[in-house]
Amino acid sequence: MREITYRQALNEALAEELERDPNVFLMGEEVAEYQGAYKVSHGLLQRFGPRRIIDTPISENGFAGLGVGAAMVGLRPIIEFMTFSFSLVAFDQVVNNAPNMYTMSGGQFNIPITFRGPNGPAHQLGATHSHATENFYASVPGLKVCAPATPRDAKGLLKTAVRDDNPVLVLEAELLYSSKGMVEPPDEELLIPLGKAEVKREGSDVSIICYAQTVPLALKVADQLEEEDISADIVDLRSIKPLDEKAIFDSVAKTHRVVIVEQDHPFCGVGAEVCYRIQKNIFDALDAPIIRVSQEDVPLPYNERLEKAVLPNADKLIAAVKQVCYA
Amino acid sequence: MQPVEQRDEVEMLSLMLLIRRFEERASQQYQAQKIGGFCHLYIGQEAVVTGAIAAVRDDDYIITAYRDHAHALARGTTADACMAELFGKETGCSRGLGGSMHFFDRKNHMYGGHAIVAAHVPLAVGMAFAINYRGEDRVTLCFFGDGAINQGAFHEALNLAALYKLPIVFICENNLFAMGTSVKRSTSLRQIVDRAEGYDIPGEIVDGMNFREVRDKIAEVVDSIRKEPHPAFLEMRTYRYRGHSMSDPASYRTKQELEKYRLDDPITRLRAQLTREGKLTNEQFDLLDKRAKETVLAAVKFAEKSPQPPLDTLYDYTYADEAMGPGLPGPEEPVPTRRESAPSPNPS
Repeated sequence: MREITYRQALNEALAEELERDPNVFLMGEEVAEYQGAYKVSHGLLQRFGPRRIIDTPISENGFAGLGVGAAMVGLRPIIEFMTFSFSLVAFDQVVNNAPNMYTMSGGQFNIPITFRGPNGPAHQLGATHSHATENFYASVPGLKVCAPATPRDAKGLLKTAVRDDNPVLVLEAELLYSSKGMVEPPDEELLIPLGKAEVKREGSDVSIICYAQTVPLALKVADQLEEEDISADIVDLRSIKPLDEKAIFDSVAKTHRVVIVEQDHPFCGVGAEVCYRIQKNIFDALDAPIIRVSQEDVPLPYNERLEKAVLPNADKLIAAVKQVCYA
Repeated sequence: MQPVEQRDEVEMLSLMLLIRRFEERASQQYQAQKIGGFCHLYIGQEAVVTGAIAAVRDDDYIITAYRDHAHALARGTTADACMAELFGKETGCSRGLGGSMHFFDRKNHMYGGHAIVAAHVPLAVGMAFAINYRGEDRVTLCFFGDGAINQGAFHEALNLAALYKLPIVFICENNLFAMGTSVKRSTSLRQIVDRAEGYDIPGEIVDGMNFREVRDKIAEVVDSIRKEPHPAFLEMRTYRYRGHSMSDPASYRTKQELEKYRLDDPITRLRAQLTREGKLTNEQFDLLDKRAKETVLAAVKFAEKSPQPPLDTLYDYTYADEAMGPGLPGPEEPVPTRRESAPSPNPS
């Protein structure tokens, strides 16, 4: 194991998959000559050439659809959105074409495509550039959605996504690109299955269910809670769809108290689905109502103080934990 | 592979008859409520797809919009499989899961059947991208209606195709109406073909009611693309005799207009050409027509008899890795011809 950044981990995943399979190519805005808007594709043009690392015009609907068409005839495209906020311009391709093709063709055309890029609120980018799209996309049958929080998960999940025979969205955490973590050395194949959560920290008093940018938040809060003798079990979903029900239920059966901290909005958010499944399946294990901490239900304001007030934060999470623990 | 000039014109006339009789029977079965959803008929436009198919190889890629029955039939999908799809049966070309607007036939290189106007044009560009990526000499034929040319997806796709020099023919089946809105009321151009010029794509207008003109023009364009990949645009001037869909009485146009186009009927025209040249007798024509009608009637019987898709397969076609039925489609078959080197999409 060695320590690398989330950005480097994604870069390694791309390089390894491009190396392994000649049908894999990377396409998107500024991925080639500019070396990636967030430098995730740094060096790939030099290594793999312009046939496989392809710059596009600002034309998300066009190149997302191009990817779906190429996948219909056997290529395995990786389509980068400069941010998933821009994927909304290509919503028809991601929602109507990629996941429906396999069904509509009676199983004749599967679409092995990876859509990836940063997702979720960053810092003072305003409402249009801050969308957390996981709940939109996870609601669509035929799509798979993951949202890694650590360099190791980012690498392992992206590699798995590229090899998957279905459309997979890898929602990267914009604020975590420079964060560091331990990852297996490059000569060791690292594949993390979709649909497997990971307990990032063991605890016994409360389950904090989180993913992507809320994982470091939950871990930080767990340290603070420990000082107050509250032991938090931190369950990182990693995949939103498929959802690892077992990992969630195992944690809840152990702690009997649940807080879900998510980066999307409260109405029909990811936490709403998790909450429903917990109460439906292990209602008797619960000692308190589940609480969700999410963004406030408003478009994200530019003003820094207001932005902070909208996003999940440590104070909100601690208050929620204390409420479910009756502390 | 059969060279273009040897594709038998009588056979192609027979295909046009099959398409016409299939659509007439589909209309009847729709009215009898055997067919659900939307149903868009191709009657009047037969020369476009038939002429195009006559000019390409069997392994070239074909993709179209929702008026797609004819494209599947022309590609070699059986009338049985097409009718069964309309009936929503398991034996349909999309297992009864796609319906009228979503015909697919992987084996015959028919890539749909796409019902969001212009959303398939980027897909076609992706298929053409894959041809260049692998250094093949196939060509993609992308059919769409005049209604597609004002959608963003269409414009983005044309730009990408021109930018990356992709082997694709954009075939606009201009039947003058996007549902009930005439081209004059939808498009700020004197003629549709001018759209291509904006993307530096060569474009031409073709008489879409004339089988021979369509075939020869497509053959010429495809030949040029196989030598050096590039996009091309053909505006096919054609006409649909029926409404936009089965629920449209087409009251936005006059009887006189319809009659004018009927005089120019693509089937009558090719028949007359062949008869004049001594290649077809009236008896032979009648026999072809009789056969087409019989094939379609048999298809209705086949569709009626076919089973519904079993309820327990409901979840089999959502994710490829969970398919219980056919499993994953096999790899693409080897390609006959390869170019020396693949052109690079954006050479630095």
